[in-house]
Amino acid sequence: MSTAAAVQVLNLTHKYGDRKALDGVSFEVRRGEIFALLGPNGGGKTTLFKILSTALTPSSGTAKLMGFDIRSQANDVRRRIGIVFQNPSLDKKLTVLENLRYHGQLYGLRGAALTDRVNEMMDRLMVADRAANLVETLSGGLARRVELAKGLLHRPEVLILDEPSVGLDPGARRDLWLYLQKLREKENVTILVTTHLVDEGDRSDHVLVLNLGQVVAMGTPESLKQEIGGDVISITTRDTEKLSAAIRQKFSVMPTIVNGTLRVEKEQGHMFIGHVVDAFPEMVDAVSLSKPTLEDVFIARTGHRFWEDQQQP
Amino acid sequence: MTAPTEMKSSFLLSALVLCRREIVRFLRQRSRIIGALGSPLIFWLLLGSGVGTSFAGGPGGSNYLEYYFPGTVVLILLFTAIFATISIIEDRKEGFLQAVLVAPIPRSSFVFGKMLGATSLAVIQGVLFLLLAPLVGFTWNMLPLTLLMLTLVAFSLTGLGYVIAWRMDSTQGFHAIMNVLLIPMWLLSGAVFPAKNASFWLKAVIMVNPLTYGLAAVRWSMYGSILGATMDLPPFVLSLGVTIAFGLAMFIVSLLMTRRPA
Repeated sequence: MSTAAAVQVLNLTHKYGDRKALDGVSFEVRRGEIFALLGPNGGGKTTLFKILSTALTPSSGTAKLMGFDIRSQANDVRRRIGIVFQNPSLDKKLTVLENLRYHGQLYGLRGAALTDRVNEMMDRLMVADRAANLVETLSGGLARRVELAKGLLHRPEVLILDEPSVGLDPGARRDLWLYLQKLREKENVTILVTTHLVDEGDRSDHVLVLNLGQVVAMGTPESLKQEIGGDVISITTRDTEKLSAAIRQKFSVMPTIVNGTLRVEKEQGHMFIGHVVDAFPEMVDAVSLSKPTLEDVFIARTGHRFWEDQQQP
Repeated sequence: MTAPTEMKSSFLLSALVLCRREIVRFLRQRSRIIGALGSPLIFWLLLGSGVGTSFAGGPGGSNYLEYYFPGTVVLILLFTAIFATISIIEDRKEGFLQAVLVAPIPRSSFVFGKMLGATSLAVIQGVLFLLLAPLVGFTWNMLPLTLLMLTLVAFSLTGLGYVIAWRMDSTQGFHAIMNVLLIPMWLLSGAVFPAKNASFWLKAVIMVNPLTYGLAAVRWSMYGSILGATMDLPPFVLSLGVTIAFGLAMFIVSLLMTRRPA
């Protein structure tokens, strides 16, 4: 057992009726890192988020945050975590200042310490000029900043965010991630973030890929992508089965068929493309070459693309 | 590992924070003030004047404006309690509730804060209406006792509202309950007509209605012992006891519901 871990999850399972939203999930998050829970919608991210934020009691398994058990020591966990929900948790009928003050008071801050901390957080997230405005008058990006200020107000050791960039424009998204990175570097806050965006996984120190409630991959983004080995070549063709068989026979590689496209992972991909086009010129309609992404890791592990699961019940 | 004293202060302080939030929110929504205070006032004026002296059930020949007055105070409490607890549904929908439920505070402080906030608002509005009491012959001799009774009744109605609202996912649903349960409960509490002239089954319903005793407690506190006795009210001690028990029961049920893990 490593006491250095900020989050320890062991064999976590959660069922909604008969459906397993989480199925034997285990992982550790080190202190002071950004850890992404990446996966398609319905993969189990939000259930995991709810369990770690103590909003939901898991069916079985254990989870500890900063050494405290989410079940038996929920209030110790709560004092040490900051939570940014996907749906806003601000009171729209209150001002920015009131929202932050009330939140601070619920977390035990009082008097001058509270006032100083609220002012500090409003300055840092650049919402001080809107302090007296009702939250319902704020734009989405601004409200998310207030939400973040609220989540960080009580100096949590672990910050948990559920899909924080949903509904943000690209500029606001970039600002958010810059801020998260600064937070980790300057204050050593451990950051756990759920996302369905591959590039957000890339910005994290470690990524855990969830699919249908199970861990399909875990590691640094670089190490996961290196597993793919070389380049990813996608070939569009009218008859995938036929070309697949032909390639298998001639080049001794195993193409996979993903969404009607042939997919091959290979080093020196540009050379391979030349060979394939030379060998079967009439069968190749289009071809593309790319460096592997985390989505390719997902495809390699599950055999399908990121978004297909949504059709499943 | 938390010391009991620390828990206690965190319970009270966080309840007060949440109570204060209720009051601030309420004051920002003017329509709620009009709804909770305005409509009972209009009912009182119109019904009271309309029925007028043709009403013969009051004590010592009191007119209807006078008889109906304590009932109106209780209606104001009921409306305010309803509007204040409907906000639980809004809190849940708008996301505020999710954050409070994962804050390091006891669940009881959320329940108590909500009920305390709603009760304060109800009593304040009830008192505003009480300012009119001398117009129909009441005195404020026993105002502290009246305030205490209003607080107890408001607390129990707020608790009832909480129990109804906790599981609801739409405010429309709450309005439906209000019309089929809460308003009849008020109508059959002795607020609009006295139990003594009612038919047997109505009398039975009135007798098991906890609000009958809440209203009786308010009447006792406004009329005093002599006139109160001539109205065939349940005894004061019984009225007080039922009201306290009802409020406590509602608080406990609210707490149990809120504590149940998701």
